[in-house]
Amino acid sequence: MKRIRIYEEHCIGCGLCEVHCLVQHSRSRKIIRAFREERDTVLPRVQVERDGYLSFALQCRHCDDALCIEACMTGAMYRDPETGAVLCDTDRCVGCWMCIMACPAGAIQRGTEGKVASKCDLCIGQDVPVCVINCPNEAIVLEDDDDE
Amino acid sequence: MATNRLLPFKDYGGCSIVGVMDQSGRLFGGDAVIRAIANMHERSNGLGGGFAAYGIYPARADQYAMHLMFDTAAAKAETEALLHERCFVHHAEEIPTRHHPNITGEPLVHRYFINIEPDADRPFMDEDDLVVELHMHINAAVQDAFVFSAGKNMGCFKGVGYPEDLGAYFRLDEYEAYTWIAHGRFPTNTTGWWGGAHPFSILDWAIVHNGEISSYGINKRYLRNFGYERTLQTDTEVIAYLFDLLIRKHELPLEVACRAMAPPFWADIERMGEDEAAQARAIRAVYGGALLNGPFAVVVGSTGRMIGFSDRTKLRPQVCARGGERLYIASEEAAIRTICPDPDIVWHPDAGEPVVGELNVGVRAR
Amino acid sequence: MPEWLTQPDFLVERDPERCIQCEVCVRQCANEVHEFDAELREVFSDSAACVGCHRCASLCPTDAISIREVELEFRTNANWSPQVIRNIYRQAEQGGVLLTGMGNPEGLPIYWDRMLLNASQVTNPSIDPLREPMELFTQLGKKPARLEFAEDGALQTQIGPQLELKVPVMFSAMSYGSISYNASEALARAAHEVGTYANTGEGGLHEHIKPYADNMIVQVASGRFGVDVDYLNAAAAIEIKIGQGAKPGIGGHLPGEKVSADISATRMIPEGTDAISPAPHHDIYSIEDLRQLIYAIKEATRYTKPVGVKIAAVHHIAAIASGAVRAGADFVAIDGYRGGTGAAPTMIRNNVGIPIEFALAAVDARLREEGIRHDASLIVAGSFRCAADVVKAIALGADACYIGTAALVAMGCHLCQKCYTGKCNWGIATQDPYLTRRLNTNIATRRLTNLLQSWGHEIQEIMGGMGINAIESLRGNRDHLRGVNLSDRELQVLGIQMAGE
Ligand code: SF4
Ligand code: SF4
Ligand code: SF4
Ligand code: SF4
Repeated sequence: MKRIRIYEEHCIGCGLCEVHCLVQHSRSRKIIRAFREERDTVLPRVQVERDGYLSFALQCRHCDDALCIEACMTGAMYRDPETGAVLCDTDRCVGCWMCIMACPAGAIQRGTEGKVASKCDLCIGQDVPVCVINCPNEAIVLEDDDDE
Repeated sequence: MATNRLLPFKDYGGCSIVGVMDQSGRLFGGDAVIRAIANMHERSNGLGGGFAAYGIYPARADQYAMHLMFDTAAAKAETEALLHERCFVHHAEEIPTRHHPNITGEPLVHRYFINIEPDADRPFMDEDDLVVELHMHINAAVQDAFVFSAGKNMGCFKGVGYPEDLGAYFRLDEYEAYTWIAHGRFPTNTTGWWGGAHPFSILDWAIVHNGEISSYGINKRYLRNFGYERTLQTDTEVIAYLFDLLIRKHELPLEVACRAMAPPFWADIERMGEDEAAQARAIRAVYGGALLNGPFAVVVGSTGRMIGFSDRTKLRPQVCARGGERLYIASEEAAIRTICPDPDIVWHPDAGEPVVGELNVGVRAR
Repeated sequence: MPEWLTQPDFLVERDPERCIQCEVCVRQCANEVHEFDAELREVFSDSAACVGCHRCASLCPTDAISIREVELEFRTNANWSPQVIRNIYRQAEQGGVLLTGMGNPEGLPIYWDRMLLNASQVTNPSIDPLREPMELFTQLGKKPARLEFAEDGALQTQIGPQLELKVPVMFSAMSYGSISYNASEALARAAHEVGTYANTGEGGLHEHIKPYADNMIVQVASGRFGVDVDYLNAAAAIEIKIGQGAKPGIGGHLPGEKVSADISATRMIPEGTDAISPAPHHDIYSIEDLRQLIYAIKEATRYTKPVGVKIAAVHHIAAIASGAVRAGADFVAIDGYRGGTGAAPTMIRNNVGIPIEFALAAVDARLREEGIRHDASLIVAGSFRCAADVVKAIALGADACYIGTAALVAMGCHLCQKCYTGKCNWGIATQDPYLTRRLNTNIATRRLTNLLQSWGHEIQEIMGGMGINAIESLRGNRDHLRGVNLSDRELQVLGIQMAGE
């Protein structure tokens, strides 16, 4: 399986990952329109954490032992058998926020559109997630996970 | 025509070359080599041809045979005065010729058998050096005179025309040599000048050349470092001077000298054994200025020796054959078979690989 | 007193139709040109501080930003150009020496552009470098005039140490301090990958760069920073820096605030102290002193490494280079007046020195005349912009070229000429950790490697066209150069013929 890997030492805190993530998860998927019309309704699923010159992009790690899946009482949080990604089935999500409580990385947010969890879905339908494509300094990269 | 001759230029064009050596030292007439070069008539365009012959003056083998051409009688007088001033002239004569309908505009051609006394003021110059100096001086400074060759027991015969016609004109069938080399020229930049024909010669080196040297610019500058100043007109001269420099002055073994001029590729050097690779690296490091780049095949004659070699990717043809005691090198196999219909062996030497014929052990160059 | 006579150089324009107020530009500009007004939720720009480095525009996801030179036109005056007038305003306001970075931008003739290359037609086949060998391999160092062989054919001559280059282009001296650690590491790694050399400048050899030391030339400059016997012995070659093309006769000064713990360890000077390189070496006041230093270094490295000398191209360059060769230099690096720098007085950079083209032509000719060309290799520097410049330099007589500016541009430099401010937005000429992170060494190494390899391929293409398959046949082969737009005298100094001749 391929995993997103964060190289904190290369992150320059520019925020482009957030910008493109938002666009990807907007209805129009057009950058100017997405920002004009959906800025307050769509959340980027990656957040850049900054402290002085240090920064890194935070998003779901798609853990092997995903605590959010265990914590989810409706079974909305599940693992995609094909890609191994941890996804949220928004039809089932009731917005109890147990997953947010359980996630050790703090990678899940309350969605702004309906009462459902918002998290990284590895850009469903994209070979390479848009944050990886658009990061100017290769601070987010898609790598083969050799650990397993 | 002499006005053009000091402009530096390269030979552009294709050519035919042939060389025949009898390694037993037996002398044979010039008719064979004339027939061979005539076979490749198509490769020349009538703007130049020539011959070098080794062993033709056995009776005067210790004297330098200076073959000279003059466009005017005044040039002849001036040169002769110079020769008498600087050398001991044993004998002088007109080179015999025979009228030929295709040969026109012929200059005066004479030969002088000379020796030069060592110069007490310049003890580091031996007689060879003094002859080279004189040779270059005449070519550079004497209007309308040009030295064809100035080696011992050898001579060059050359001019404007097809080589077979020039061979007949110079009555080469009447000479006997153990090595003959010949050239038919297809220049695209000729000045139609007799001195510009091949072979080009210095001391007993004579060289015929088919090709164009793309590295001419640097070879010329490299030679200048070693005092080959004055008359570097053509890339053929460059090759002749390189032989002179590498073999006579730097005393490199012949194979090494050829390697310097057509070195192996670095990729091949990497595959060599340690000693051979070290030698090849050293050659390339030190003799980069002597590397001859561009398409060429040459035959080089010197006393007791004939060498054929081509550029390191062999962009010009060269075939070799052996028949009895004779070594043949030519642009085309057909030329060899014209005079040696049934050779013992015919082969195509590898790019850059020198083919060397030497007189058999015990045979002295007569 | 307000600096009211100084107008901004650039005008930053944001297209309101395109801007999405994402603040990416705000975070990118170290000159704080862009600002996000949280109340209005809008980004505004104050052009005054803009240096035209394009960092913001390069990262803006909607291409909303345009940077223009301010069109504030003075009355036309060929003598008093806007730049001259502005310089006077600046000095009148602030006093002091005008400082600048990078190479001479003045419109003096670029002679490379007046030399054209040759190619084969009919009489001589061109060579396809994709199918046939095309050798760029270059050895730098002293070579004997001739080889000697024993009776049995064994080679007798020993050849001294040589640098071996797969591409005849090296990275010129750029010190850690004048450029970021990341930039230094990328240069070293790219040199290692390609098979050429990078040069430490006078910044010392960083601990983490030692693994690439086989591809490093270390400098011994007038400040002697970072120099000890291990430093000399770690490197592939040693270069004594006498001068630099951008500022011949001028020393260097790295202000104390840039001398971090890491730089202090690498340069072997106390943290926070100014690193001052004197204008001359105070132990070299004449040529025989240079000879002593060369041989001191050769002794210290037991004659296992080439020791060279870098000099700026100045008026008597041929005599100076010849002196350096006779003093024992195994290579001479000549830096022309267009060479780059991290910081130089503007007047010096723009007015001192001579073009590298003439310097090279004169030095090569002189060393040949004196019969000592083989005693040293010639490296030339001073604004090599492309493979064709390199080919022309080699044809004129160089063994190899140094590139500095081109390498920085490959890493992202936009030639804003503000290297001396320490605020390089591209993470190159800065030590600010917020900025240096912008240069991911993996990316920078890859870009530098790509640059050298593509130049290598282009050099091969050009040589193939000329029908030359080994670089030694190009080196000094001025027959393959022809001049255009040159006077007789210029042609003569360059030693080339006019086009058509
Ligand atoms: S795009 Fe890359 S460099 Fe920019 S904030 Fe995101 S992870 Fe960091
Ligand atoms: S200085 Fe560079 S980053 Fe800042 S506004 Fe100007 S071009 Fe953009
Ligand atoms: S980066 Fe571009 S889109 Fe974003 S705020 Fe700046 S100008 Fe606007
Ligand atoms: S290195 Fe940086 S500061 Fe210097 S010119 Fe390039 S972009 Fe500007």
